[in-house]
Amino acid sequence: MTRTAGLCTASAAGILALAVVGLIVGDFPVPAREAIATAVWDRGSEFDFVINSLRFPRVVVAVLAGICLAVSGALFQALIDNPLVSPDIIGIDTGAAAFAVAVLAVGLDTRWLPYAAFAGAVGTAGLIFVLSWRRGFSGGRLVLVGIGVNALLTAVITYLLVRFPIERVSAAARWQAGTLSSSSWGDARTLAIGLAVLVPAAFLLIRRLRVMQLGDDMATALGVGLEPSRLAVITVGCGLAAAAVGVVGPLGFVALLVPHVARALAGALSGGVLLLTALLGAVMLLSADLVAQRLFAPTVLPAGVVTAAMGGPYLLFVLRRFNRAA
Amino acid sequence: MPPDRAPGPKLRAEQLFADYGGAPVVKDLTAEIPAGEITAIVGANASGKSTLLRALARLLRPSKGAVYLDGADICGLPTRSVAARLGLLSQSPRAPDGVLVEDLVRRGRYPHQRLFGQWSKTDGQAVERALNLTGLAELRGRAVDELSGGQRQRAWIAMALAQDAPMMLLDEPTTFLDIAHQVEMLDLLARLNRTENRTVVMVLHDLNQACRYASHIIALAGGRIEAAGRPSEVVTAELIERVFGLRVSVISCPVTGTPLCIPYRHNY
Repeated sequence: MTRTAGLCTASAAGILALAVVGLIVGDFPVPAREAIATAVWDRGSEFDFVINSLRFPRVVVAVLAGICLAVSGALFQALIDNPLVSPDIIGIDTGAAAFAVAVLAVGLDTRWLPYAAFAGAVGTAGLIFVLSWRRGFSGGRLVLVGIGVNALLTAVITYLLVRFPIERVSAAARWQAGTLSSSSWGDARTLAIGLAVLVPAAFLLIRRLRVMQLGDDMATALGVGLEPSRLAVITVGCGLAAAAVGVVGPLGFVALLVPHVARALAGALSGGVLLLTALLGAVMLLSADLVAQRLFAPTVLPAGVVTAAMGGPYLLFVLRRFNRAA
Repeated sequence: MPPDRAPGPKLRAEQLFADYGGAPVVKDLTAEIPAGEITAIVGANASGKSTLLRALARLLRPSKGAVYLDGADICGLPTRSVAARLGLLSQSPRAPDGVLVEDLVRRGRYPHQRLFGQWSKTDGQAVERALNLTGLAELRGRAVDELSGGQRQRAWIAMALAQDAPMMLLDEPTTFLDIAHQVEMLDLLARLNRTENRTVVMVLHDLNQACRYASHIIALAGGRIEAAGRPSEVVTAELIERVFGLRVSVISCPVTGTPLCIPYRHNY
């Protein structure tokens, strides 16, 4: 437990450090002292606009979205007992994206994006849940159905992109890669509300998930009602993914990767490990966004490109180990 | 020390039918599990042993009839309240990746914890007792998937013990264990029955082990009970022929005096 506590402290320190770097660097560098002063107390500063309208909300959105994605991934991986599962792989993100692209394509204002994405994510989750239900519920079936739904929704998105005027859907195409570049305080508020409800719920579900990981028979024997518990975990997991996707777009690999890293560092699922997962999610998204902004500056990449570049090789590494173990 | 649980929970199956969506596997079966004793369910492959155990553990909903726990239909009881009375070790359960022995055992405390409740002193004591009874106190920090087969099975027993239910159901607890570990496992269950007055119900493949360790035997054939009672009274050459289709000679075990079945040779 002390090890997990130490890792959590280190991750929290990492978040603070990265957040400060996020305030300082950019096309218009701000000295560290002024950056912190402007963000925390000095509203009259000459850097007020750069810091408080552009960089600070972006840093906050990166932290909150990273937490949402990582916790969501941890819930799904524990529920399905498969380390290769995450909301982006079973189609939740794509569902959110399809709705969001549809909203942009028909010409609605971008402020409807988070709501459309949320509706898409929840709708997709419901669809997968219904399609994979057969006298009960199996994790393996859910994954296969999810992959199928994912493919179908990808086709829908492609259709929308081809069918509708380019100037509308180009915004959608960019959003689809996952980006934090237009993050506002409104986005941060949306995420904070989702987080305030869903993250405590995730922690309350941990005890039951730890028992569900022992298999259906043992979980029933220990007094876990399987179907309601699964429904609860899926609802919270989808809600977290939907909140994040609605704001930053379908940012891949954070949900898949971060729970792995947390488990490798701190061991089997517990409240402490979930906390570490949340913090590491923030670390990953903050650093990915910094790299995305600065690597080819002044050209800015979508953060999703960087998380994919970090996540792809790791996924291959995990697959390799997984194959050897099987 | 174990809490006083004098009479133990009463578990009985009444006119039970159970299936997996096809033909009934258990047919019109009525049985009573004697409290405070060790019951062994024996029978040939596909005779319905595991199905009966699953129905008794409310893992399988009967298609007709019912299982009664302390007089109430087990399927109508809140699952947590059943979990406080009835523990289970399923056949070859799987531990999550990298889980440590102590962490696994702690998960057995689930039915005693409340949604917002903290880990209590009672929880800690139950885990310690389970680790000590199974001789795993030294191995608490080891990963379950690094243990030997016998140690791993003990870890699962410890988890079920931490659940602190007065009755334990086990589905073939000796599978995949060599003979020394089989005896060790069954001795452990016998000790738990003797010193803690826990009721044990287990499916066993080995008839002689069943005769040796159980005080009550339920012999199944084709999903029905062929015989039930004390091994010394019900295990006869004639019963074994009916249940397993095997000719045996039943002698008295030189070590324990319980019935010992020696098969004849088949004539090819």
